[in-house]
Amino acid sequence: MINSSSDNVKKLNSINRRMFITGSLKFFVMIGIVSRLFFLQVKENKKYLTLSDKNRIREWKLAPVRGEFHDYFGNVIAGNFEAYQLHVIPEQVEDFRYVIYRLKDLLELSDNEFKKVLKKKNEIKPWETLIVSDNLSWQKFSKINNHLYDLNGVKPVISISRNYPFKENFTHLIGYVSQANQDDIESTQAIKKNFVPGLKVGKVGLEKTFEEKLIGTNDIERYEVNAYGRRISQLEFQKGEKGKTLRLTIDTEVQKLANELLKDKAGSICVMDIYTGAVVAMHSSPSFDPNLFVFGISQDDWQLIRNDPMKPLVNKTLQGNYSPGSTIKPIVALSALENGIVNTSFTVRCTGKTEMYGQTYHCWKKKGHGYVSLRNAMKQSCDTYFYEVARKLGVDKLSETAKKFGLGEKVFGDLFDIEKKGLIPNTQWKKNALGKGWLLGETIITGIGQGYIQTTPIQLCLMTAQIANGGYKIYPHIVVDDKAKDQPIDKFTPLYKNSKNIKIVQDAIFGSTNEVMGTSYRSRIDNPKYQFAGKTGTAQVKKITEEERELDLKTFQIPYEQRDHALYVAFGPYKNPRYALSVIVEHGGNGSTTAAPMATKLFKLIIDRHKIRESLRNKKYLEI
Amino acid sequence: MYQHTRLTTNRLGFFQKFRNFDYILLVCILLLGFISLATMYSTDGGEIKFHTKSHFTKLAVFTLMMLVMSFINIKYWFSIGYLAYVAVVGLLVGTYLFGITSSGSQRWINLYFINLQPSELMKIFIIVCLAKFFHRMKLENVNSIYTILTSLIIILLPMGLVIVQPDLGTAVLIAISGIGVLWFAGINYKYFIYTILGFIISLPFVIAFLKPYQKLRVLTFLNPDKDPLGAGYQIIQSKIAVGSGGIFGKGFLKGTQSYLEFLPEKHTDFIFTLFSEEFGFVGSAILLVIYAIIIYRIVAIGASSRSYFAKIFCYSFGAAIFVFITINMSMVLGLLPIVGSPLPIMSYGGSSMLATMIGFGIVMSARVHNQQLIA
Repeated sequence: MINSSSDNVKKLNSINRRMFITGSLKFFVMIGIVSRLFFLQVKENKKYLTLSDKNRIREWKLAPVRGEFHDYFGNVIAGNFEAYQLHVIPEQVEDFRYVIYRLKDLLELSDNEFKKVLKKKNEIKPWETLIVSDNLSWQKFSKINNHLYDLNGVKPVISISRNYPFKENFTHLIGYVSQANQDDIESTQAIKKNFVPGLKVGKVGLEKTFEEKLIGTNDIERYEVNAYGRRISQLEFQKGEKGKTLRLTIDTEVQKLANELLKDKAGSICVMDIYTGAVVAMHSSPSFDPNLFVFGISQDDWQLIRNDPMKPLVNKTLQGNYSPGSTIKPIVALSALENGIVNTSFTVRCTGKTEMYGQTYHCWKKKGHGYVSLRNAMKQSCDTYFYEVARKLGVDKLSETAKKFGLGEKVFGDLFDIEKKGLIPNTQWKKNALGKGWLLGETIITGIGQGYIQTTPIQLCLMTAQIANGGYKIYPHIVVDDKAKDQPIDKFTPLYKNSKNIKIVQDAIFGSTNEVMGTSYRSRIDNPKYQFAGKTGTAQVKKITEEERELDLKTFQIPYEQRDHALYVAFGPYKNPRYALSVIVEHGGNGSTTAAPMATKLFKLIIDRHKIRESLRNKKYLEI
Repeated sequence: MYQHTRLTTNRLGFFQKFRNFDYILLVCILLLGFISLATMYSTDGGEIKFHTKSHFTKLAVFTLMMLVMSFINIKYWFSIGYLAYVAVVGLLVGTYLFGITSSGSQRWINLYFINLQPSELMKIFIIVCLAKFFHRMKLENVNSIYTILTSLIIILLPMGLVIVQPDLGTAVLIAISGIGVLWFAGINYKYFIYTILGFIISLPFVIAFLKPYQKLRVLTFLNPDKDPLGAGYQIIQSKIAVGSGGIFGKGFLKGTQSYLEFLPEKHTDFIFTLFSEEFGFVGSAILLVIYAIIIYRIVAIGASSRSYFAKIFCYSFGAAIFVFITINMSMVLGLLPIVGSPLPIMSYGGSSMLATMIGFGIVMSARVHNQQLIA
């Protein structure tokens, strides 16, 4: 027993000693755990709080509301409309199959469209929005609303979308919007920043140029989400800003007339204020309805536009490189006067054709014009006279004057990325570009606007405007209040050496329209209020062979693609000029019969509208 | 001798037993049960749903069971020590043969009225068994080869049965429970030191034998940011939850990490994370204090017990509970690799709670019968 009790004491001592060691160990481990808790929850709390918020808060961006385009008078030419859409969130629908077939019936969806919707449904998560239809008619939309009682989970939504109320009238000017693609996102910072699926961005024209101003900023919704990304509750709604509204210098009435005049023809009309450079109308025909592109164009419509032989996708005003034909003659005459090559009394005898350097050059009038001075030659557009003047002047001096007046250079700078420069040739250019020496014969045909020389309709309009305003440099523009770009230092610097020369050319152009024998005499307006001066042009598309010359075919007898382009440049009212225009009708035949009559109609409207335009301008000043 | 006779023949009345209760321990256990219910309610998203109901039922039944157990003489628990051990080993064998497989391991056995996880019970019954084994042993015999080998077999047999399930985490915890008894029984210090050294040296080889998912857990523990959405997800989200709780927590039912389902296993192993997110540093500290009081009371009961069996059981059980808590917390706080180990009482899970409550029941019984000597 003694043994046993001493053993018990030893055992007790041992176990208590070990308990003490264990207890101390426990104490230190406990301190370790508490300090770890302290470290995480007190010291690093901010870091983990941020991480936790990052976990639970997610932002949803909504498409921004795009800025509008207004014309000079404040009419909306590219606006927003409320598109009626139908959204379904699949997980909120009890019987998806029933609902979707019911919708198919109600919306009269084709099998193809129906399949697309089902495919889209499979691509998204069940709590994401499925857009069944993005642009419903009011009838269908109200029909759906009437049937909502048995369409659980279907949401009729009104969303903002682009609308072009004037359809094809402004297509080439403004362009259109369509779903943003990868290139758009990568090339433009503003698109990248504001991108949401389904965002529509400018694809061409001003819609593209001013993307950064127009796009606006997103509405942002902040939601609490769970670990699977499902929205639990909305925490915040941050209203975005609508894009900037841009006011253009365009007059919709004039633009509409231009569209009407060029109906079923290929060509371009532009009208410009000769002092401010404000573009009043700028139209390229044929055009197309930009609304087709907003929700994605159908394959059929796209093929129709793409395969049209008159090329509706080409903006002829800016992209069309045409031989100016006789519309270049005012510049040839001016250049000759400025360089002292000719004076008003210099005459040339026109016999219908002339031999120079072993080549025969024909005047458009077979019988010839007889003895012509500068004024007469301009009036009757005598080719022989200008052959002779060009020969004496030389292409280098001619190109210098032409470039001064805005030919061979982009009119709008980088406003439109598609704009072409045209081509004003000289000896240096030919050597550099073609590696060949300049031939004198080429100078001669350049004198009547044929050969290498190429101009765009907007350049011809600018050239005419600068002759009409007395020879002062102007900068054409389309957007009002675009001040930074609007005031280059050399605005209104004289482009002439002697202002008398400009007067001589203006007077010669006046004769061309308002005097008997003038090429556009038949299109004149006698009323001094509307009276204008203009120069016709007929640009050959191909070289005329001797046989064809003999045949002397009428325009309608020649195949369409071989017919001449008809051109006309004019300014008015003559007494106190204010507007210049250029008309070009592709394969329109003769400038005097096709293009000049359009100018008559245009000037009537332009000058009538001028008063309204001026009063608006004065009012604006008064308001300031 | 006189004393001895008097006390062994003394039979306590029902009310005397009541008076002998450790009310501090009882209150702490009930408090813990209440906290665990509230937390379970939070994991159900602030509604009384399956987990809350089930947890409540188990809590009620097992607490009652614990009280009943405390009225039964400690002698009785001593007498069934080996039998219980053999029974649980039998259950483990049964699990191995006819167990229910779930998420890749065969841990449960269907006993018709309950699905039981015998490995959880083994954490307690190995202590009972070894405590009985050492109870009558003389100190000089403790370090004999026979004793050491026998006790090692007692530990390694269930361990092996649990490892094949496979459930390494629980097997390690069973081993720790058993080794705890060996420690208190007085096995020579040098054996522990050798074991620890041997373990450290063999660690690289052990890692080589680990299953790929176990290796991944170790690697993830060393660098959780390597694969934040994959293997590291649990530990990162858990740390975010605890860390974002701050001093006072986000408030009851307002833990965004758990409510928004960023937390993995929030009912079971990661329950402390949720609690800590909602109640912050202060709440966690209070929970730790409750656990500390429980452990302290267990140790105190052991110290006041006259029988060596009760002493050794209480000390070892206190140490085991402490290790379970420490391992679970270290795991969710990013101090240890993820090993599946529940937090006693707090975690959802019947077997674990049953085992813990049996342990508390025996401790209570030791307290009520603290003057009982076992021959």
